[in-house]
Amino acid sequence: MSLLVDIEKKLGDFSLKVDLEADKGITGILGASGCGKSLTLKCIAGIEKPDKGRIVLDGQVLFDSELHIDLPPQKRNVGYLFQSYALFPHMTVRQNILCGMGKDKSKTSKKEALARVVRLLSLEGTEQLYPGQLSGGQAQRTALARILVSGPKILMLDEPFSALDTHLRERLQIEMKSLLSDLDETVLMVTHSRDEAYHMCSRLAVMDAGRLQDCRETKNLFGDPVSICAARLTGCKNIAPAVKKGDYLVEIPDWGICLTTASPVKDGLKAVGIRAHYFNAKTDHNSFPVLFTADMEEPFEWVLEFRYPDQAPDTPSLWWRIPKDRVPGQRPKTLGIAPANVLLLYE
Amino acid sequence: MDWYPLLNSLRIAALACALTFCLGIPAAYYASRLPRVVKGALDVVLTLPMVLPPTVVGYFLLLIFGARRPLGMFLTQYGIRFVMTWYGGVLAAATVSFPLMYRTARGAFEAFHEDLAYAGQTLGRSNTWIFWRVRMPACRSGILAGVVLSFARALGEYGATSMLIGYTPGKTATIATTVYQLWRTDNEAEAFFWVMINLIISAVVLILVNLLENPSQKEVRE
Repeated sequence: MSLLVDIEKKLGDFSLKVDLEADKGITGILGASGCGKSLTLKCIAGIEKPDKGRIVLDGQVLFDSELHIDLPPQKRNVGYLFQSYALFPHMTVRQNILCGMGKDKSKTSKKEALARVVRLLSLEGTEQLYPGQLSGGQAQRTALARILVSGPKILMLDEPFSALDTHLRERLQIEMKSLLSDLDETVLMVTHSRDEAYHMCSRLAVMDAGRLQDCRETKNLFGDPVSICAARLTGCKNIAPAVKKGDYLVEIPDWGICLTTASPVKDGLKAVGIRAHYFNAKTDHNSFPVLFTADMEEPFEWVLEFRYPDQAPDTPSLWWRIPKDRVPGQRPKTLGIAPANVLLLYE
Repeated sequence: MDWYPLLNSLRIAALACALTFCLGIPAAYYASRLPRVVKGALDVVLTLPMVLPPTVVGYFLLLIFGARRPLGMFLTQYGIRFVMTWYGGVLAAATVSFPLMYRTARGAFEAFHEDLAYAGQTLGRSNTWIFWRVRMPACRSGILAGVVLSFARALGEYGATSMLIGYTPGKTATIATTVYQLWRTDNEAEAFFWVMINLIISAVVLILVNLLENPSQKEVRE
């Protein structure tokens, strides 16, 4: 069970360049909307045709521009869960699921497969309903059932939770994750939500303006994003250009400060990032005076905006995010950052 | 009482409607997939019969199928004559009602959510299966509306019909041409009778359409 993608495609001004490998487990593609995530999935499914490159699934070549191989979607064995679920509106849940089964199956084996998948996805009682009568979660599970009975070699999920209400979303993520780990399939999932990506995916790639950057362990990517775009997509709020000053020292001209780092600074440093959670009033490391300019209350956290005294005037203020129960009674005069929490960004 | 105009009108409208369906649906489907510029040009040609006065359409039909025109002469060799025959009325009614079918069906095809077709493809279903089992049913109300509109238009066709097939009682007379003929010859009572017949047919067609709408489908949409 492995997927190998190395494709390029040009669409007007937009150019897509994807180099990706996915194995068993959930691999995620994290990117802002319009970055080419869905287009990548469509190329793998055979709905869109890349200009050049190669797509191999489980040793079978699905697309190869040099060998002139371009299998139609029907022959690719790719399960595609659409963002809108794409259930056929004029068919019941049962009829929709049956659409996923090949004509070669006998009537009894079809019936058994149907009963099995209905039980697996807790769709009992909805078989005779039309898609318009289903809840968001039921519609999602029906679409998934329809895909599973078609016996795909890979499951591709396109923003699977974006059509759901927030309160449903988190519960369904948990359900979907345990279901997918039970199924033991190769799963490729695209999302714009870093929480969703962090929760669901064991490996994660970041996509920006049609470029897919290196695919790494999710925790590793969040812990050390390396690129500015990965830092931003994983939710890093404070990013500014930086200059190497020593093996463990960087200068950030915009903020008017120098920071010590835990890992050695390599040449070619572009910027540093500091996650809003990682400022600390009590530490002496990288501690500098700050001026608070604004604050914003969230249900369980405070977001406090601040500036450094020597900060360049036209640069954005920094964000400090702190849980409500840890907010000090008085605004601190200084804020520090542990050297390990200074993210070094090279591209 | 001579019922010929009723029979003739119904068969002309039904056949014309079937003809526009067979030609209009493929035309609408392919046009909906064309690039914008080509589609615009094609639209002008295919919609012209709707905006031209029906008599002008009839004039063009006579130009093409007239007995002394090349195509007309060619067809006459095989015993096919569209001038002054009842099936000429089918040609006239189909020409005039075609744009209604084409435009309504095209609108329905364009509103179709293409992800449904992609889903069918990734599930291993053939494009033919997807067309008949997903695309057509999903566009059903638009297509049905096209059928009804073109049937109604074909039933009410007067201008092109009278140009091409004239009015011969018992041969080419339709309800529309009969009403005019009766009115012209001061036969007001009989003209009124045919007007009522026409009204009843139209009302029945519209009621049938409402009944055809599948109740479960309505529920879904609500």
